[in-house]
Amino acid sequence: MISLSEYLILGALLFVISVAGIFINRKNLIVLLMCVELMLLAVNINFVAFSHFLGDINGQVFVFFILTVAAAEAAIGLAILIVLFRNRSTIDVDDLDTLKG
Amino acid sequence: MDFNASTLLFLLPEIVLLSAIAVILVLDLFLDQSKRMFTYGLSLAALVATMAAVMLGDSSSRVVMHGAYVVDAMGSVLKMALLSVGIFAFIYSRRYLADRNLFKGEFYVLGLLAILGMMIMVSAGSFLSLYLGLELLALSLYALVAFDGDSKPGSEAAMKYFVLGALASGMLLYGISMIYGATGMLDFAGVAKVIAGGQADQTVLTFGLVFVLIGIAFKFGAVPFHMWAPDVYQGAPVVVTAFLGSVPKIAAFAMAMRILAESMGGLGPEMGWQGWQGMLIILAVLSLALGNVVALVQDNIKRMLAYSTISHVGFIFLGLLAGGDKGYSAAMFYTIIYALTAVGGFGLLAIISRKGLEAEYLHDLKGLNKRSPWLAAMMLLIIFSMAGVPPTVGFFAKLFVLDALVNADLLWLALVAVFFSVIGAFYYLRVIKVIYFDKPESEEPIVANADARLAISVNGLAMLYYGIFPASLLAVCQAAIAAL
Repeated sequence: MISLSEYLILGALLFVISVAGIFINRKNLIVLLMCVELMLLAVNINFVAFSHFLGDINGQVFVFFILTVAAAEAAIGLAILIVLFRNRSTIDVDDLDTLKG
Repeated sequence: MDFNASTLLFLLPEIVLLSAIAVILVLDLFLDQSKRMFTYGLSLAALVATMAAVMLGDSSSRVVMHGAYVVDAMGSVLKMALLSVGIFAFIYSRRYLADRNLFKGEFYVLGLLAILGMMIMVSAGSFLSLYLGLELLALSLYALVAFDGDSKPGSEAAMKYFVLGALASGMLLYGISMIYGATGMLDFAGVAKVIAGGQADQTVLTFGLVFVLIGIAFKFGAVPFHMWAPDVYQGAPVVVTAFLGSVPKIAAFAMAMRILAESMGGLGPEMGWQGWQGMLIILAVLSLALGNVVALVQDNIKRMLAYSTISHVGFIFLGLLAGGDKGYSAAMFYTIIYALTAVGGFGLLAIISRKGLEAEYLHDLKGLNKRSPWLAAMMLLIIFSMAGVPPTVGFFAKLFVLDALVNADLLWLALVAVFFSVIGAFYYLRVIKVIYFDKPESEEPIVANADARLAISVNGLAMLYYGIFPASLLAVCQAAIAAL
């Protein structure tokens, strides 16, 4: 039997990987979008694990909503990515440097 | 609990706004560019109708929709505030968008959807409805920042806003999952009850609280989670900045109140550094310091106002962490006044901008007094209000927060706040100096449309009106907080 803490450790690991990906990755914006998705999935694991071990269905309902919002978020993120690529012909994170001060 | 159709009546404001959005979205498809004014008029009418629905509704406290939706006085007041600030932002945007061939229905539909999201946040009774409202707001704002698809800074700002906004949502959700794990509840009243009963695992709960607080700080733009604000304020078209720099602060305040005061109240100010008060003290002091100091060296007004926002967020946090009816109502007063001031400041930049000229550097304001004395006077009132100079309302907003702090035995924090406000006064006064004492770079008079002129006059004079009669709005805030 897998215990609650093992699920939580998995969720925390995925979460840390995604946050690290957002801050360490300096190359490609698509990887950033993937990290954002991974972060939401890590949260989903938490919710489902808690929901199962608490015997409360609300957490799983929350997961459905998170999945839906994640899809909408990915759509907007890719749309912005296309606008950005059209304007600057690059999706390199390091090139996003016109705004600073 | 059975479903009862009469509970839908409590959601009337949201239902009115959502139906109006659907109608405007479809209608706008069939309009020529020359008739776009119709969309604009309808959007304003939708906001006014929603305000009417809020006013007519019964605002005595109750929870409907199985705990997902709260009706209370605080919700009604904040909704009125965000709808009226939204109306100002829409009016300022019209000519600016028309000059740049951006006068499209999408701007207003996205703006209305963002307002709908904020109304849901304001009335959220559970973490689920709060999250959905927040995402509706955030997704609309990401699209609005990139509204000028040919603008390089615009698309860059949108990308940064998107990535950091999504990161903030992720943090918030992770925190919510921990709070859910510790309490087994998703609705605020249930979480508060479990915490008060002492059945929740304190470690897991505090862990969740930290992540939720990071999410809130991100949405407010508090240091050290402020990195997005200056870039987004500067990169977005100024009318979008006027919108996203003002209205969402009201929704963020509601989010902070619902989560921190209503559901996590058991970890509130009486816990001191053990609860969220200590975390807010750190965020508030850092925001006041960094916001005011970095704003000193900015040439770009949008960027300067972004750092000024960060320092104002520090003040809102000071009110929240003082706690009690006094602190919360001071923070609520401050938030509403700040939103009204900010929309006026950015709106004025939109009015001064013309085709081919973005008024975004300090020198674009040179000699504004010679070119349009009335607009200069309005800008004077708005800047004075931001700086906190009496008799404008900004002074009283700061005073109420400081008073609440002293009341909560946090005198040292009040002194820190005053110290950094004095530093901040320098860059506000520099704007006044440029407007009144510098030679204009062009003598060309400023033409503003009648609607924008009227709106900026009302907006500027409101600074004076609420400065002379602060009790009128403060009483409303106090009554709303007392009814929580």
